[in-house]
Amino acid sequence: MRPFTYERATSAQDAAAKAAAMPGARFIAGGTNLLDLMKLEIETPGHLIDVNGLGMDQIVETPEGGLRIGALVRNTDLAADRRVRKDYGVLTRALVAGASGQLRNKATTAGNLLQRTRCPYFYDVNMPCNKRKPGSGCGAIGGFSRQLGVIGTSEACIATHPSDMAVAMRVLDASVETMRPDGTTRAIPIAEFHKLPGQTPQTETALEKGELIISVALPKPTGGTHIYRKVRDRASYAFALVSVAAVIGRDGKGAVALGGVAPKPWRVEEADALLSKGAQAVSDRLFADATPREDNAFKIMLAKRTIASVIAEAKG
Amino acid sequence: MTQGCGAISRRDVLKTSAAGAAIAGSLGTGSVALAQADASAPPTAAVRMKVNGKQTSLTLDTRTTLLDTLREHLKLTGTKKGCDHGQCGACTVIVNGRRINSCLTLAVMHEGDEVTTIEGLGTVGDLHPMQAAFVEHDGYQCGYCTPGQICSAVAVLEEIRAGIPSHVTEDIGAAPGMTTLEMRERMSGNICRCGAYSNIAEAMAQVAGVEA
Ligand SMILES: Cc1cc2nc3c(=O)[nH]c(=O)nc-3n(C[C@H](O)[C@H](O)[C@H](O)COP(=O)(O)OP(=O)(O)OC[C@H]3O[C@@H](n4cnc5c(N)ncnc54)[C@H](O)[C@@H]3O)c2cc1C
Ligand code: SF4
Ligand code: FES
Ligand code: FES
Repeated sequence: MRPFTYERATSAQDAAAKAAAMPGARFIAGGTNLLDLMKLEIETPGHLIDVNGLGMDQIVETPEGGLRIGALVRNTDLAADRRVRKDYGVLTRALVAGASGQLRNKATTAGNLLQRTRCPYFYDVNMPCNKRKPGSGCGAIGGFSRQLGVIGTSEACIATHPSDMAVAMRVLDASVETMRPDGTTRAIPIAEFHKLPGQTPQTETALEKGELIISVALPKPTGGTHIYRKVRDRASYAFALVSVAAVIGRDGKGAVALGGVAPKPWRVEEADALLSKGAQAVSDRLFADATPREDNAFKIMLAKRTIASVIAEAKG
Repeated sequence: MTQGCGAISRRDVLKTSAAGAAIAGSLGTGSVALAQADASAPPTAAVRMKVNGKQTSLTLDTRTTLLDTLREHLKLTGTKKGCDHGQCGACTVIVNGRRINSCLTLAVMHEGDEVTTIEGLGTVGDLHPMQAAFVEHDGYQCGYCTPGQICSAVAVLEEIRAGIPSHVTEDIGAAPGMTTLEMRERMSGNICRCGAYSNIAEAMAQVAGVEA
């Protein structure tokens, strides 16, 4: 690990301003992703701003009837919240399907959204990777691509976003609330929060330099059956090959988002409108223009079958 | 890994690395030695925490994980390093009542925290009920993963009692049951290379007072 200086943030704005002003500065929350990558020297911050003392660890009801989740609410606490379990079951289900009990006790809402890809070539510093080292090439294209993406990818990068939580937040139309270094705040719809790689896979989110996530807001609950189905190589403690988050009403209408297949939680609103027509129609729309590779083409069939099983479960 | 290596040879790196090992976060990787070779002393920070009931005050290289602090600085070597990347659970300790992977957290992030390690759960003469149950049920073979398994197991029963849902909880609207299925799922972050899983499950069931 490279040496770094360390400070405990005293206010959100101070943290944001410092992160913007100091070259190589980074926020640290749970540390479960950042430290992992720092040990491998994939991340090499020269200064860490510890945001754990900033509060931001409450879940409160919004005037609109939704919930506002503090950026530092731990994954365990978010999953266990009575209101989340009752009205946003897909979120609890996604959270408890991710990582391990120990990791969920540390992992935060903001850190989970910002966790980086698990592409094995991104993790191997001896391999080319446009995300880790822009312009060096992509080791995964033409390499072993079983875990990689089939849609939304580019010729520069085919990595997936590994979060389970973010897939549920996408289906729930969450918005990410931030503070910029000048103290102004904004809300970024989750659909626009994660970026597709294009020619710049190193740019992963809409956040500006120094911008601090303060909270994530969920709109008023919509009812319906909440399902998160994660398919993986073992029954627990593994990243998704494919996951499906769905909220489906009694009338068969609803929303569906996929994990494990794309550089961001994958939802296409026109596919939602096809839910009552069945899994084939939904899947065809979700994967229109897909560019599967030899090793990961199976994900499209797996996703379709998982969607079918989710639709069947929602019918009861 | 070796970026910025400059004129320093691998042999030099290994030499300095051995000398610097006492304060190194991770031993012998070379990167630590490089940092010491090409810069002034690495930044340090002060931290106070209560470990197994005892107040401690340390000034550490900021890079030092909680795991290395326990093992290298406080000589509490019960807590083990398996993967050092959050994947195996051997380093599990209980911080402020919650189990975490001590390898994926910096010591300096634990100002004012209360840490319980395997040494703090029980003593040879006065075992914690979970330690006694592991002995009784042979919940280990080589024993390397065991301190992490026991810390995790103790916390898992608390998590179920606190009503925290898991991946196998059928009705997330209701409290999870104290079942072996729940315990097994919640223990998935603790890997045992010797495969003592079924005996661990029996030990946990005994402490929880349910059928294995
Ligand atoms: C072995 C293992 C298995 C895992 N399995 C899964 C899995 O199955 N599913 C899954 O979804 N995840 C999994 N994870 C990933 C885990 O969910 C993430 O590591 C965790 O959610 C990151 O949260 P954190 O608070 O620890 O983030 P940190 O490591 O603290 O931070 C991550 C990033 O977010 C930035 N950041 C943190 N807080 C803020 C803020 N408020 N504003 C702006 N930037 C911020 C940091 O600068 C850093 O870049 C796994 C991790 C491990 C180690
Ligand atoms: S897929 Fe993306 S992250 Fe993986 S090697 Fe290629 S550029 Fe890097
Ligand atoms: S050593 Fe911490 S999880 Fe393996
Ligand atoms: S007892 Fe040997 S690794 Fe678990």
